[in-house]
Amino acid sequence: MLTYISIIITAIFINNIVFSQFLGICPFLGVSKKTSSALGMGAAVTFVITIATVVAWLLQTYVLNPLGLQFLQTIVFILVIAFLVQLLEIVMKKTVPALYQSLGVFLPLITTNCAVLGVAILVIQKGFNLMEAVTYGIATSIGFTLALWIFAGIREQLELMPLPRAMKGVPVALICAGILAMAFMGFSGIKIQ
Amino acid sequence: MKKYYDILYNGIIPSNPVFVLLLGMCATLGTTSSAHNGMMMGIATAVVLLCSNVVISMVKSLVPDKVRIPAFIVIIASFVTMLQLAVNAWLPSLNASLGIFIPLIVVNCILLGRAEAFASKNGIFESFLDGLGTGIGFTLALILLGGVREILGTGKIFGAEIFPEDYGMLLFVLAPGAFIALGYLIAIVNKIRKTC
Amino acid sequence: MKKLASTLPNMIISLGSITVIAGALLGWMYSVTKEPIALQAQAQQQAAIAEVAPEFNNNPEEDKWETTIDGNTFVVYPAYDNDKLAGAAVKGVSMNGFAGEIVVMCGFEADGTVKDYRVLQQAETPGLGTKMELWFRDPAGARSVIGKNPDKTSFYVSKDAGGEIDGITAATISSRAFLETMRNAFEAYREYEKTQAAKK
Repeated sequence: MLTYISIIITAIFINNIVFSQFLGICPFLGVSKKTSSALGMGAAVTFVITIATVVAWLLQTYVLNPLGLQFLQTIVFILVIAFLVQLLEIVMKKTVPALYQSLGVFLPLITTNCAVLGVAILVIQKGFNLMEAVTYGIATSIGFTLALWIFAGIREQLELMPLPRAMKGVPVALICAGILAMAFMGFSGIKIQ
Repeated sequence: MKKYYDILYNGIIPSNPVFVLLLGMCATLGTTSSAHNGMMMGIATAVVLLCSNVVISMVKSLVPDKVRIPAFIVIIASFVTMLQLAVNAWLPSLNASLGIFIPLIVVNCILLGRAEAFASKNGIFESFLDGLGTGIGFTLALILLGGVREILGTGKIFGAEIFPEDYGMLLFVLAPGAFIALGYLIAIVNKIRKTC
Repeated sequence: MKKLASTLPNMIISLGSITVIAGALLGWMYSVTKEPIALQAQAQQQAAIAEVAPEFNNNPEEDKWETTIDGNTFVVYPAYDNDKLAGAAVKGVSMNGFAGEIVVMCGFEADGTVKDYRVLQQAETPGLGTKMELWFRDPAGARSVIGKNPDKTSFYVSKDAGGEIDGITAATISSRAFLETMRNAFEAYREYEKTQAAKK
């Protein structure tokens, strides 16, 4: 049980995927202008990361490892993710059109979200078992959503600030992200034993 | 001649992938703890970009429109895997310092972006130049960011001491410094672009 | 050349052939790099042993001996000079670093004096904990562990009661973990000595 709690706390706070691992920065900067779309993106990413992690883990353990094809990891994983995103889009459109309406716009962006591929590879590198992999995947996505959501709140305020022209938009957003990352550094060194 | 020069130059300054197009941010932030690391990541990405651009422009008419994205991804991923194997075999120290960011070149938006916007519409030589220019632009941006972080953080540049390390602001080597340094660099670039 | 239309057979043929060509290229690349990759891993280990251990003329990797201390595996690579134990390189691990595990190859002389060390793996804070590779061989103050014997010198940071080694400024956790690895590696070496003595 403790390992799972440790994985969750570590993935959300201590090694937050955006602030300390630098993964998923593109959507982090792109879709964080409004809190509502930030939550939508977060939900879509959580969905894809969780499924992709499971599929990638199964493929690695039962196909790539026994056949000695570990070197195909990158290419197989990215194809799995691209395929999953496509499939998800089609399935959602047919079965839950309401959800598709709200999440659909974010789906194509997810294929090139390096957080998804990053988590799939990290799970293999860390040598997790299936349950740990799922936990790690979900916790990381929660960390991602949290970062996106906090940051969107800040950016909504930033819009109203009088700023030098050159600083507007991405530069000031990056500096705020830096300050947020400092806040998240306060969690580092915490150990759950 | 002018046309070729423009293609090459365009990727380096007017549409620099990092400072102007704001693409490939993960690798930019994650691997620039020193000028040397930044340069290595830049070169690795540039090599893949150059190869994928050339190959994609070669096969562009053989790939039907509807499957072009998966086809491009397969091509890019193959080059990334080949790079990974080569690095493992001949430059293991690079693998240790760049770590997970080597496989993540696959999802660097610059590659798919250039494939889609340029290589799938232009000839082989033009695509080669575009890949070269964008690759150089990316590498220069990473060296600049890595250099700034290294100097401010440790007082060194490419490992050569400028001022004693004790006066360095360690923050710049750590994660928050990456965001802050990049933010100010982009602001400076914005300022320069507006004035000239 | 005219662009192929997006009909189903065209799509399948096009994607299929790209995948096959990519697969073939990758397979070739893999076979070319397989040997150098395996050699690299081995060479790194051998180099680290040769650098930290006293002079030897046996094959320490063949004579390796494993033990478990505090739940971590320590591997002793003994160095024999003409069948006389001259010391050893000990690969030690600590899980108590600031971030992730720390792996150190520690070299000991026959009497247990630290000859040299190499940090093989660590994920400490850049600029702080990562200094350990240089810090603990710096002759300034009481930083260096080289030439000291864990039997005579207390391998704890001087901040802690009784410690006699200066830890890295602002990276006490990393320093403690490093010294813990050293101490345990020394223990492993002593244990190895005992088993060898018992054999005779």
